[in-house]
Amino acid sequence: MSTGMEQLYQQLILDHAKHPAHRGAQEAYDVEVHHVNPTCGDEVTLRVRLDADASGAPVIGELTWTGQGCSISQASASVMSQAVAGGSVEHALALSDDFRELMDSRGVLPEKFEGDGLAEEMEDAVAFVGVARYPARIKCALLGWAAMKDAVAQAAATTTNPEEGR
Amino acid sequence: MTDTLDRAEQGGQGRTLDAAELAAVRADFPLLQRTVRDGRPLVYLDSGATSQKPEVVLDAEQDFYTQRNAAVHRGAHQLAEEATEAFETARHEVASFVGVADDELVWTSNATAGLNLVAYAMSNATLGRGGAAAQRFALAPGDEIVVTEAEHHANLVPWQELAARTGATLRWLGVSDDGRIRVEDLDAVVTDRTKVLAFTHASNVTGAVTPVAPFVARAREVGALTVLDACQSVPHLPVDLAALGVDFAAFSGHKMLGPTGVGALYGRRELLEAMPPVTTGGSMVEVVTMEQTTYAPPPRRFEAGTQMVSQAVGMGAAATYLAELGMDAVAAHERHLAGLLLDAVASVPGVRVIGPTENVDRLATVSFVVDRVHAHDVGQVLDDAGVAVRVGHHCAQPLHRRFGVAATARASAAVYTTDEEIAVFREALAGVRTFFGLSD
Repeated sequence: MSTGMEQLYQQLILDHAKHPAHRGAQEAYDVEVHHVNPTCGDEVTLRVRLDADASGAPVIGELTWTGQGCSISQASASVMSQAVAGGSVEHALALSDDFRELMDSRGVLPEKFEGDGLAEEMEDAVAFVGVARYPARIKCALLGWAAMKDAVAQAAATTTNPEEGR
Repeated sequence: MTDTLDRAEQGGQGRTLDAAELAAVRADFPLLQRTVRDGRPLVYLDSGATSQKPEVVLDAEQDFYTQRNAAVHRGAHQLAEEATEAFETARHEVASFVGVADDELVWTSNATAGLNLVAYAMSNATLGRGGAAAQRFALAPGDEIVVTEAEHHANLVPWQELAARTGATLRWLGVSDDGRIRVEDLDAVVTDRTKVLAFTHASNVTGAVTPVAPFVARAREVGALTVLDACQSVPHLPVDLAALGVDFAAFSGHKMLGPTGVGALYGRRELLEAMPPVTTGGSMVEVVTMEQTTYAPPPRRFEAGTQMVSQAVGMGAAATYLAELGMDAVAAHERHLAGLLLDAVASVPGVRVIGPTENVDRLATVSFVVDRVHAHDVGQVLDDAGVAVRVGHHCAQPLHRRFGVAATARASAAVYTTDEEIAVFREALAGVRTFFGLSD
């Protein structure tokens, strides 16, 4: 087995794929989105319910997903859920940008992912650096994150600013 | 006639390539000499997606540009004559390769474009273009278009769109559990209302080869036009389109050892003559005034604008290369490979074939699923061993849905594939479930 493969399929990724977090379909939700990767047929259906924190800013109250796909897409959706659930929408979107940066890294860990600068929630996400070496798999890893961004944006638009729409 | 049909539909009955011939074939393909993923020899089992190219094809394109490049069918200079000669010679090479006349072969940018050309010509006829002669292509509500559940999206979506534009109804033949189109449903599904019967000659997923004769017979009984997707058959089997008796057929250059960017549409002469143009503009006209235009006879009526001349020349070289090997020998070699692929897949626990498991009337194209391992992950492990396969739905989502899977992995061979390569594939496949910690 090559080093690339060992980095791609780190144990943490295989574990998340086998035992994904936040997998399910919650009863109460503001928005449900369905995202597919048309090149391989991978799909994720994600539900999100927003709450507000003390200052009134939107927080991801609950987030669940179902889907089918490769171990990379399933593990990534799992890691994403753990990273963003319960946190603010703003923070979730910032983490999503960080993950995107990781995917654009071509397999070299960006500085911000090293040492103390790394958000605690993103510790597991670092395991995906190996994916960035395989361009065909980046879309797999981004699928869950893209669904989350879309769902949160829609939910924020409808729940916090209903009169403005989205 | 019967003999030709049998030959055209079976293939692989004749002599095969011997070891020396196969070695010579491989030496013709520069890309097959390269390594991948840290120096592993490439095992290219993705020829169903696109084939590799022999040097004669690359040389033909290069030679066109270095020696003959000029606009074809115009200009009074020597280069223009030579370019036109090369372009039309290529047409002859490809047309004769599939048993049709030169003027029955239209260049298209790929097979998808060829199938869309027919669908849009019918649309234009429905709008009254092409006059009375073209009314045989017109559709109306109540008319039916029949396709099959085995189609590549290229031979499904254009017909969905044509139905939506004309008010016709789209119907389809289902697929059996072994991946073959349900020929037994032809009489029930293809009726007097059917105006078009579009079907694949060989599935790009299951590898099943369609028996064309009953489709053509039923279509003729009800007066429907037949449109054959011959993308997967022409590179791998002896195909005589005239003998098969279909009305139209489309195939691409890049799957038959030729360049990308070029394909061909066959249409029976009387049909092409009656069919209105689709893409209009330069080169496809007779007389143009400010008010109106008369159109050139086929095939040029359907070849508007500057054509993909160097690619056409390359496709001609590819057809000649295959013809010189002999398609009987190519088919026999690939039939042998199909057996090896089926054995390889059957030898690994937890692997299920989507398609016929018997090596009868099938290509050396084998799609499969590995229990509890997604096709993408299967492909990645194989890739690590240097084995290139396709993963996903292979542009045939309805067929995958039919089998209850979102994605499959597909190993597809070609004339240059060897026994040793399939042995490497077999060994790599055997390691997939172990890699993901699954026991047998």
